[in-house]
Amino acid sequence: MMLSAPGPSRNLPQYGALLVVLLANWLLFPDFFAIRLQDGRLFGSLIDVLNRGAPVALLAIGMTMVIATRGVDLSVGAVMAISGAVAATMTGAGWGLPAVLAASLAAGLLCGLWNGLLVAVLRIQPIIATLILMVAGRGIAQLITEGQIVTFTSPALAFIGGGSFLTVPMPVVLTILVLAVTALLVRATALGLMIEAVGINRLSSAGAGVNTPVVLVAVYVWCGLCAAVAGLIVTADIRGADANNAGLWLELDAILAVVVGGTSLLGGRFGLVLSVVGALIIQAMNTGILLSGFKPEFNLIVKAGVLMVVLLLQSPTLTLFLPRPKGARPMGAVKPPVAPPPVAPKSGGAKP
Amino acid sequence: MTGALQRFLPLIVTTAVLVVGFLICAAQFPNFASWRVVGNLLTDNAFLGITAVGMTFVILSGGIDLSVGAVIGFTTVLLAVLIEHGGWHPVPAFAVALVVAGAFGAAMGGVIHVFRMPPFIVTLAGMFIARGLGFVLTTDSIPINHPLYGELNDMALRFDFGLKLSLPALLMLGVVLAAVVLAHWTRFGANLYALGGNRQSAELMGVPVGRTTVAVYGLSGLLAGLAGIVFSLYTGAGYSLAATGVELDTITAVVIGGTQLTGGYGYVVGTFVGVLIQGLIQTYITFDGTLSSWWTKIAIGVLLFVFILLQKGLLTVWAGRGGEPAEA
Amino acid sequence: MTASTTPPSAPLLAIRGLSKAFLGVQALDGVDFTLRHGEIHALLGENGAGKSTLIKTLTGVYQRDGGTVALEGREIAPRGVEEAQRLHIGTVYQEVNLLPNLSVAENLFLGRQPMRWGLVDRGAMRRRARAILMPYGLSIDVTAPLGRFSVATQQIVAIARAVDMSAKVLILDEPTASLDAQEVAVLFKVMRTLRSRGIGIVFVTHFLDQVYEVCDSITVLRNGRLVGERRTDELPRFDLVAMMLGRELEAAAHRIDIGPAEVDSRPPLASFKGFGKSRSVAPFDLEIRPGEVVALAGLLGSGRTETVRLVFGMDRADQGEATVDGRPVRLKGPRDAVRLGFGFCPEDRKKEGIVGELSVRENIILALQARQGWLKPIPRRRQEEIADRFIRLLDIRTPDAERPIQLLSGGNQQKALLARWLATEPRLLILDEPTRGIDVGAHAEIIRLIERLCADGMALLVVSSELEEIVAYSRRVVVLRDRRHVAELRGGEVSVERIVAAIASETPNTEVRQ
Repeated sequence: MMLSAPGPSRNLPQYGALLVVLLANWLLFPDFFAIRLQDGRLFGSLIDVLNRGAPVALLAIGMTMVIATRGVDLSVGAVMAISGAVAATMTGAGWGLPAVLAASLAAGLLCGLWNGLLVAVLRIQPIIATLILMVAGRGIAQLITEGQIVTFTSPALAFIGGGSFLTVPMPVVLTILVLAVTALLVRATALGLMIEAVGINRLSSAGAGVNTPVVLVAVYVWCGLCAAVAGLIVTADIRGADANNAGLWLELDAILAVVVGGTSLLGGRFGLVLSVVGALIIQAMNTGILLSGFKPEFNLIVKAGVLMVVLLLQSPTLTLFLPRPKGARPMGAVKPPVAPPPVAPKSGGAKP
Repeated sequence: MTGALQRFLPLIVTTAVLVVGFLICAAQFPNFASWRVVGNLLTDNAFLGITAVGMTFVILSGGIDLSVGAVIGFTTVLLAVLIEHGGWHPVPAFAVALVVAGAFGAAMGGVIHVFRMPPFIVTLAGMFIARGLGFVLTTDSIPINHPLYGELNDMALRFDFGLKLSLPALLMLGVVLAAVVLAHWTRFGANLYALGGNRQSAELMGVPVGRTTVAVYGLSGLLAGLAGIVFSLYTGAGYSLAATGVELDTITAVVIGGTQLTGGYGYVVGTFVGVLIQGLIQTYITFDGTLSSWWTKIAIGVLLFVFILLQKGLLTVWAGRGGEPAEA
Repeated sequence: MTASTTPPSAPLLAIRGLSKAFLGVQALDGVDFTLRHGEIHALLGENGAGKSTLIKTLTGVYQRDGGTVALEGREIAPRGVEEAQRLHIGTVYQEVNLLPNLSVAENLFLGRQPMRWGLVDRGAMRRRARAILMPYGLSIDVTAPLGRFSVATQQIVAIARAVDMSAKVLILDEPTASLDAQEVAVLFKVMRTLRSRGIGIVFVTHFLDQVYEVCDSITVLRNGRLVGERRTDELPRFDLVAMMLGRELEAAAHRIDIGPAEVDSRPPLASFKGFGKSRSVAPFDLEIRPGEVVALAGLLGSGRTETVRLVFGMDRADQGEATVDGRPVRLKGPRDAVRLGFGFCPEDRKKEGIVGELSVRENIILALQARQGWLKPIPRRRQEEIADRFIRLLDIRTPDAERPIQLLSGGNQQKALLARWLATEPRLLILDEPTRGIDVGAHAEIIRLIERLCADGMALLVVSSELEEIVAYSRRVVVLRDRRHVAELRGGEVSVERIVAAIASETPNTEVRQ
């Protein structure tokens, strides 16, 4: 039932959903797939979906690993605002691009470290631990920009948001880059295995000698870094930092993307690419609603609908009646009532 | 009596923070220590206080409700549409709004219980839905011009010594009082604490878990609806973007008020004090004039951190009488 | 409150031919159990005996398949704990099933608070709570949260709640498991008081001393069947242990006497002095040499698991010292133990052993990978080699190495866990109940494996309830009782009879102190 990592057949629902949404867009708007080259950069609705979906996709990459450890990071939107504020303010003060990028990323790293230490060392519940930075983070961002919407004219920084590389818009390039680096980091090392092990069974993992606190800190740090990159893109795109609104509510979109991508909120197996696909599904729906002339506000209801459907599919009450390769794992902290020994789980059950 | 002292320690610390904060403000600004400031503090934070009471109950029961801000926004829009576009009298509109908000909350509670889904995610979806419904009704800010609104806004309880309690302030105080009674003098209240303490044990001891879950989210929705009415009185308009981020403010107030986010421990009165502390910080910054608004968020974030640490410390070193916790 | 003191002719509780099966496994098979008015009746048995199934069937958590339950001559069939409570059967569990965050008074009256004018009458609740606790010798602040009090106090509050809700039958499920000697004495006083009021108490415990101290009669179950019911004063300890373990003692397998082996002269690999943890296991001395199997024997709850958990650092010892290769070491957590070359297969495989959704391969290489660190990943091909090698070596029955481990049978999960540690080439392997819950074939294979590992020079520390097994592969057996190490048998001394005798022996000093 759980749509987990590798093996394309298992991931069909996500790709299928993306395809359906794209086709629906095409039906509504026949020019949807039209792509043209202008001033050395690709344009078109499809490119627009990719471009606008980039920030959420970036957040979703970091969030995926946090959720895989059975956590959640509510602060990513605020971290975006902080990194954007750092970038815009420093650029305005005349710093060069390398220093600006380094400082922004360092800000994201520090935020992630803070969250990670609260979760791993102080053992505060992730929702609560990251709530602190979610509340204070925007204040910190405003402190950096001194409450102004800091604008800048540096073409170097603006390039990150509006430029293109080999005709591909920079946000898309950066997202692909981050995705590749992340995938390399977790799949070419043993980190991915450790993350999944900790998320599935922290006790067993610790008993096998896995350094669980380090794994936890690492995922939150990485999530902070991803958020910083997303913040840079948004700031570069609008050529300014709006500490109040940059990344507002994007943490929820990121969580939604991860859930749509099939990574369970209960932790465990995760798929980075699938989360990015999840982010694209959300963005494509968004674009479709806009194109079809509905009010953009419908988006929220549609998102809620998608969220509920995906979660209902994962709900233990429903899946109780379906064959399911996962052991009957209760949702959330709720322990199942005392019951006779569980039925030996049946095999099979990959989604068609 | 060290036992009682320890039990109420979070509440005592919170209250001390409020009192010390108020004294600092009073020392700094000559006009601060006035009944007018107190009255305004209560009026300005009335909708937040009413919402936070509902949130306290939800958190006490071991859940969380992220939809309250959206429900407030939706309620203001619903009222505006009914009264201005539909030509309704405000009173039946209020009744409809309360019923809708309560039913919405109860429905989320039902989903949480029946499908065993995490409250965090269900109420997140609820937040999307409520905001979306508000947007669907209208995206404009509709002013409400019904004469009753003016009358209600002029209503106030004036005391001889100078305190003026507006209708929203009175409503909030009434809700807080009723909530204290509900929490400590009814079986429902005991069931809530039981549920937050340990769901399984509560079930074994005969607590109707399903009914209580539905009821507590229904109550939170109802109070968010009431807060929406107060908010529409306060702003005289209906706007679907109203009260964004209020869920965060209320959760923060609940935590600063000494309630454990994991459920089972806490007091409604603490939440009330937590709301006032947030209001006080805002008032201080307004009075100061030179301080920027973002210090509110940072100060609240720091308070949140300190209180979470305090809770953590209290839980782990429950037995040993540690040193006095540092004041924020 | 209602227990009558005039004993009627019918027994208080009469269970006849009770049966309950789960998925074809007969958990209870025609069990009889009789509880009389004013009697404390011990319900004893090792793992899988059916004690907890009996209790849960009695309290309506499970529905019985067959048999009758009669309370004072009237047939009853409760469908839940609440209904059982209404039918005068109250239960108190080891982990107190009350709410630590509520006050003592609220715990006593949850769901039945005294009301006045539609509101809870808190004053009356407090007064009545104090009155209820008075006969138990508890004068505590009833407004304080229950969690503030000791487990013993909480247990008495739970008992008081059950009795006040008109219990005639009180089931105490391992109430003494986490109490110290003094607290046990207080609890026993309460139990005797209740007995004198005509209440019948079913007492489940693992502590034989306690059985002989407080119980009037004993019922022993084994493998879901009734072994027998006896008066306590007519049943010698040795016979009781034999009943529980199901030994035909005269026919017990004798091992060939190989005499004290010369390995004893070698320096120990690991040695523990005064190692212990309060409320868990009394300080013990333990030495383990290379190529040696040290077995820990004792009844369930005697401190065997607690001992090995301390050795592996799963729980942190609060006293004593550990040395490995003669050098003092700190065991702050499993990572320390893994670095020292220890491996540990826990008793609760599901909760602390396997990582369910990961594949067999990933589970097998997890400990090795953890020791190497995440920066040095084991190449996929090497992982597959390791997994395949152990799947063949240990004959792990799985279609392939990529199958999620949770889909394997218990025995194969156990073998995969063994493989996880063998892949790290440990110097000391700790096995807690390695043959529990696995089929006969796998059972024999694991025993053979243990012998082979030992011959290869690995040190093993094994906890097992299977005495024949222990006798077959171990030359040194540490016997535990009531959370202390009470005897050590070596070489030719190792035999089932001697182990049973050591388990059944009386505690030399009556003052059991932690």
